[in-house]
Amino acid sequence: MDAQLLLGLYRQMCLCRRFEEASAKAYSQGKISGFLHLYIGQEAVALGAISAAEPTDYIVATYREHAHYLARTGDARGAMAELFGKATGCSGGRGGSMHLFDARQRMLGGWAIVGGHVPIAAGVAFASKYRDEPDVTLCFFGDGTANMGAFHEGLALAGLWKLPVVFICENNQYAMGTPLYRTLAVEDVAVRARGYPMEFEIVNGDDVLEMRDVTRHAVARARKERLPFFIEAKTYRFRGHSMADPAKYRTREEVQRWMERDPIHILAHRIQTLGIATEDQLRALDDEAKAQVQDAVDFADASPFPAPETVSEYVYA
Amino acid sequence: MPEPRILSFREALREAMAEEMERDPAILLMGEEVGDYGGAYKVSEGLLARFGASRVIDTPIAETGFAGVGIGAAMVGLRPIIEFMTWNFSLTAFDQLVNNAAKLRYMANGQFTLPIVFRGPGGAAHALSAQHSQALEGMFAHVPGLKVVAPATPADGKGLLKAAIRDDNPVCFFESEVMYALKGPVPDGEHVVPLGVAEVKRPGRDVTLVTWSKMVHTALKAAEALAAEGIEAEVLDLRSLRPLDEERLVDSVRRTHRCVVVQEGWPFAGVAAEIVARVTREAFDHLDAPPERVTNLDVPMPYARNLEDIVLPSADRVAATVRRLLGREQPAGAPPRAARAR
Repeated sequence: MDAQLLLGLYRQMCLCRRFEEASAKAYSQGKISGFLHLYIGQEAVALGAISAAEPTDYIVATYREHAHYLARTGDARGAMAELFGKATGCSGGRGGSMHLFDARQRMLGGWAIVGGHVPIAAGVAFASKYRDEPDVTLCFFGDGTANMGAFHEGLALAGLWKLPVVFICENNQYAMGTPLYRTLAVEDVAVRARGYPMEFEIVNGDDVLEMRDVTRHAVARARKERLPFFIEAKTYRFRGHSMADPAKYRTREEVQRWMERDPIHILAHRIQTLGIATEDQLRALDDEAKAQVQDAVDFADASPFPAPETVSEYVYA
Repeated sequence: MPEPRILSFREALREAMAEEMERDPAILLMGEEVGDYGGAYKVSEGLLARFGASRVIDTPIAETGFAGVGIGAAMVGLRPIIEFMTWNFSLTAFDQLVNNAAKLRYMANGQFTLPIVFRGPGGAAHALSAQHSQALEGMFAHVPGLKVVAPATPADGKGLLKAAIRDDNPVCFFESEVMYALKGPVPDGEHVVPLGVAEVKRPGRDVTLVTWSKMVHTALKAAEALAAEGIEAEVLDLRSLRPLDEERLVDSVRRTHRCVVVQEGWPFAGVAAEIVARVTREAFDHLDAPPERVTNLDVPMPYARNLEDIVLPSADRVAATVRRLLGREQPAGAPPRAARAR
């Protein structure tokens, strides 16, 4: 087992967790407005998957995409400043929490209407195939997407045209505030991939290494065979749908049960069991992450809001 | 100046796409039956043989899917032309156009351009009833981030489509089933009509008929009839609704002192209402009469031909509106005034 890889993933997961804890605090202080959707509890999905891809592979994600952005760019300052609506944010303060973009590093959003970005991801993969480029597209979405027409049309075209795209369903058990068993007629979202047709795999989304392994297989296959792949990661959202949601529709026991399989603890346990690092060494990595997040908050705080005279810029090229 | 040839509207559009695809391998055409079938209205006939199945791509009936694929492909540098068999069907992809295509550049702070054309016929053809007769350009023109183009002649069709394909923004390009066979002179080769430039299709001094797409021909017919009565109507073809050529619009109305907007489509919150607002603000002191609109009646399209004729703007209705603005009597023997749009 590659010690550097595991420690790197641990450090990244801590960064995402601390970033979102800090953003929740800033939200309660009124420094962040609008919708803020936290990924706490789901970090292993994005980090495992993105670590399995090349930096030149494309990422297309939803409005719950802080971790995806951080996994690809490591840019806590740009992300936090964006949440604060500042000019130094990665989308210049025009996007906010739901629209994090970095074109250069192929982080292609940040899309906030459920399902709409699934065909877009297929289109990015279409372009790779059209130009005979080796890149693969990773498309993340929640279980709530599985009933949207756009989801099915995106999968249908990816299957029909054999596009190099890996669809990653982050099944956190709830479509907003409604449990899966009330919104989905099948137990596993993944079986819906069968008809398009596309190979699929269901994984423990709380285990970053399992997530990484399956994604590596899917990405390699997509790159080599030019075929789509569907991964369903079973995970859990520790917080409500957004900061506006106290999540009263689930029991404390249920949440407690899932928090016992906190993806960061699972990885920490593995690192310690393998003798790669001690608890103190892991704490030092977490402290590093905390310091990076504090720096990002300070940076966002000190940054200016977008200049009023720029309000009409970038409507058209 | 190259010698103009006579082409049909569909041939002119086809020529624009073929010339552009020849020039730039990043351009592709995608839509239902654009390849093997040659296009539902034969606009893309022959393009499959010329450019191959990798660039002329038949899609399933899945507008959300292939509109989204086009947007994703454009985000990373392709220049797709997405054909909607008709714009009525684009409504199933409204999310892709309004929430995604129109917003990407702004919400990503200019990190992306989105060079994509959505094209197809809009408006009423004949007896297609409520779901297949909608003139929807106003809905898309409402949205900042989209450009909207609606040519009326084969030459403008070619020149504007070439400009739309070269544009780095999402462009909604409205054609018309009933104009595809319309013939006219079309310059050979490099003929590009810039977006956002209106053109006077017939000069006049008494009233400006502001219009676009196939209503240009309705307005020209009305102008012809009015000329026989000594009324000289200017027909201003906007050609693009976004960007809108406010300068030529205002200039014309300041000269004629009267303005009638002729719009296919519903009156409520439509493009004509926007034009009336701008004319009122920018040419207020020059107006001799309140700006008027001639539009569809405010109803879904009925199937029966007699009812359809009442709903659509006609040359008679345009002429009657102009006469009323000028305080002229209906000439003896003319048909009775048709119902006015509210």
